[in-house]
Amino acid sequence: MSKNILKIRVGMASCGIAAGATKILEMLQAKNACVIEETGCIGHCYAEPMVEVVYDDNSSQYYANLKAEDKYIDSILSGGDLGKFDIHEGRKSKELLRVLRLAGKIDPKSFEDYCANGGYVALKNALAMEPDAVVNEVKLSGLRGRGGGGFSTGMKWSFLAAKKNAEQKILICNADEGDPGAFMDRSLMESVPHQMLEGMLIAAYATGATKLFIYCRAEYPLAIKHLKIAIDQIYEHNLNNLNGRNVEIIIKEGAGAFVCGEETALIHSLEGKRGTPRFRPPFPTDSGYFGYPTMINNVETFGNVPIILKDGAAAFASVGTENSKGTKLFALAGDLKYPGLVEIPMGTTLAEIVFDIGGADRNEVKAVQTGGPSGGCIPVELFDTPVDYDSLKTLGAIMGSGGMIVIGKDRCMVETARYFLDFTHRESCGKCTFCRVGTKRMFEILTRITEGKGTPEDLPFLKDLALKIKKGSLCGLGQTAPNPVLATMQYFMNEYEDHVIRKTCTALKCKDLVKLQLDQSKCVKCRLCIKNCPVGAISDDFVIDPEKCTKCNSCMDMCPKKAISCVAKNEN
Amino acid sequence: MGKKFDVLTKIENSPNNLIKGLQAIQASEGYVSDEAIEAVGEYFNISPVEVEGVLTFYSQFKRVKPGKYKIAVCDGTACHIKGSPLIQEWVKNELKVNVGETTADGLFSLESVACLGCCSLAPVMSINGRVYGKLDRKAPQKS
Ligand SMILES: Cc1cc2nc3c(=O)[nH]c(=O)nc-3n(C[C@H](O)[C@H](O)[C@H](O)COP(=O)(O)O)c2cc1C
Ligand code: FES
Repeated sequence: MSKNILKIRVGMASCGIAAGATKILEMLQAKNACVIEETGCIGHCYAEPMVEVVYDDNSSQYYANLKAEDKYIDSILSGGDLGKFDIHEGRKSKELLRVLRLAGKIDPKSFEDYCANGGYVALKNALAMEPDAVVNEVKLSGLRGRGGGGFSTGMKWSFLAAKKNAEQKILICNADEGDPGAFMDRSLMESVPHQMLEGMLIAAYATGATKLFIYCRAEYPLAIKHLKIAIDQIYEHNLNNLNGRNVEIIIKEGAGAFVCGEETALIHSLEGKRGTPRFRPPFPTDSGYFGYPTMINNVETFGNVPIILKDGAAAFASVGTENSKGTKLFALAGDLKYPGLVEIPMGTTLAEIVFDIGGADRNEVKAVQTGGPSGGCIPVELFDTPVDYDSLKTLGAIMGSGGMIVIGKDRCMVETARYFLDFTHRESCGKCTFCRVGTKRMFEILTRITEGKGTPEDLPFLKDLALKIKKGSLCGLGQTAPNPVLATMQYFMNEYEDHVIRKTCTALKCKDLVKLQLDQSKCVKCRLCIKNCPVGAISDDFVIDPEKCTKCNSCMDMCPKKAISCVAKNEN
Repeated sequence: MGKKFDVLTKIENSPNNLIKGLQAIQASEGYVSDEAIEAVGEYFNISPVEVEGVLTFYSQFKRVKPGKYKIAVCDGTACHIKGSPLIQEWVKNELKVNVGETTADGLFSLESVACLGCCSLAPVMSINGRVYGKLDRKAPQKS
């Protein structure tokens, strides 16, 4: 080999660790062959555990889907073919790494690494400007909040900056990432913690805030660990001194309540109270944390700020659509080949994301769900829609924070809607009657429908209730909770009708509308199904008792001959 | 206040640290007992009912003693789509335990959580904080 290995980077973010990266790291270290670096997530979660070998001629090669076996380790070290991995063309040509530029390329725990790659240049630039000029630059960039709402970030900053006489101003980074199925913020905090912190320091300088909170989900221990290390480094290098004004950075762990992602609820939680939202106005920038003017931005929003101050607003705005500038991170998951984290320019179409980048099968996809429990689904027919705040809204979905779940043809949309209502009705804080009782009633109706006990009259009632909950709720949780139901009713009414009129679930997912059947002609009497049935529903002559069967599918998965199948209940 | 809840003294005694205090208790005890609620109330000078009000609002806090192995099956969107309800049922059957309960021998406790942030490996579960991904019917039995 003409080139030598300079170092090997091992992806040690949560997803890498879950896939077994720790073992690979240990095995590589034991070889003592070269520098082994721990790095963050490069977004190809489907290929974890993953390493990148960097050669002395500046080229590099990925190795992925690794197993803790010597032959893999040898292949990595010798430039072999086993485990070699190249990013597929569809993704390479569509993604644009700006916010995630350094993710998976540097050691998240190293301050020097971040600085050597252009880190804290933006802060230096900002400190050389007047605070108002910084606010203006952010305004000009057209950056909009990435936490879901899409409010102009520069505008929000100007509200806080305008509070010239406040005794104290507070800045909060919303790292609660409550949408189940989204992990952009986790990945960014784990992989490049300094980037978001740099954004916060710039915001603090521009707005005059001195107390900086990071409200992070407790489910993200690794993100918290990396943030703590990074904050210590900031203090050590005196970067918290913003032209003579010292700021304090405090991490607060959330305690597991979705509604605490809402800004007024989040503030209550920070104050040590129950996380219930309150009526706005007054907006937090007027009266927030213990009455002080307070501003909240999302992790990814802060992550974008250094780009603006480093390259200028115009360069930032050169990418994107008319009203949505820059790039957006999406957490791709569900029924597709390449789940993971992607960053794309605003205006990329759903089809490009789901098919080209995600590698989903065009014939197998039914819809995509964006915005989690507050969002809606978009059917495959509308996949030529460009992704930006406004286009998604017109379709009854929302951009949301960036969770994107691909739903395959074999999933039931009614059950999916029920799942979201199950989530929101439990997460409702209970303050508003419509949200507290209404979402529960919606959940009950949907449950009834999936059990085959629904009636056609349920459908208009469900819709009416959904619209009333949207009107009668105080905060974003209740106002958006009915969205998954309204969107599925808009695009997949046929599935609702199947359930209430014909009492069938075409996708064969609703347990009460299906039964398991054993095909005696395929059966080889190995008795594995009988052994594995937890409720003893299969008789000695291999007949499944539908009364006892709980449809746990254990027998189906165990059967070596695939003799057991799931069919509609009212089919003979 | 008994020695048992000494962890509290490391936390600044101001009401906005109530949640932090409860988190510290849970980290050392594994759950928040009635006794702990009294102690927290006393420490922060808040009535026990108020402490309980805050405590029950957040799903992180446990009121029953968890098992030696804390199993959390993810039921976030990605995992749900990928069949987490079945995983949950299998674990339930295997260990004879319901969500939110601990087995009689105190070994296993089961909970359902919304998203562990590893959606691309869905369905996932975690055992004592270690995440296991890409589960199927056989995986839960092995561990
Ligand atoms: C129920 C609910 C949950 C929310 N969850 C989050 C969240 O997890 N993360 C987040 O950044 N914003 C969340 N938001 C939006 C925040 O209220 C707020 O708009 C956002 O943090 C502002 O930051 P941005 O302007 O940078 O987007 C949520 C809103 C609602 C109503
Ligand atoms: S939905 Fe299970 S890890 Fe995110």
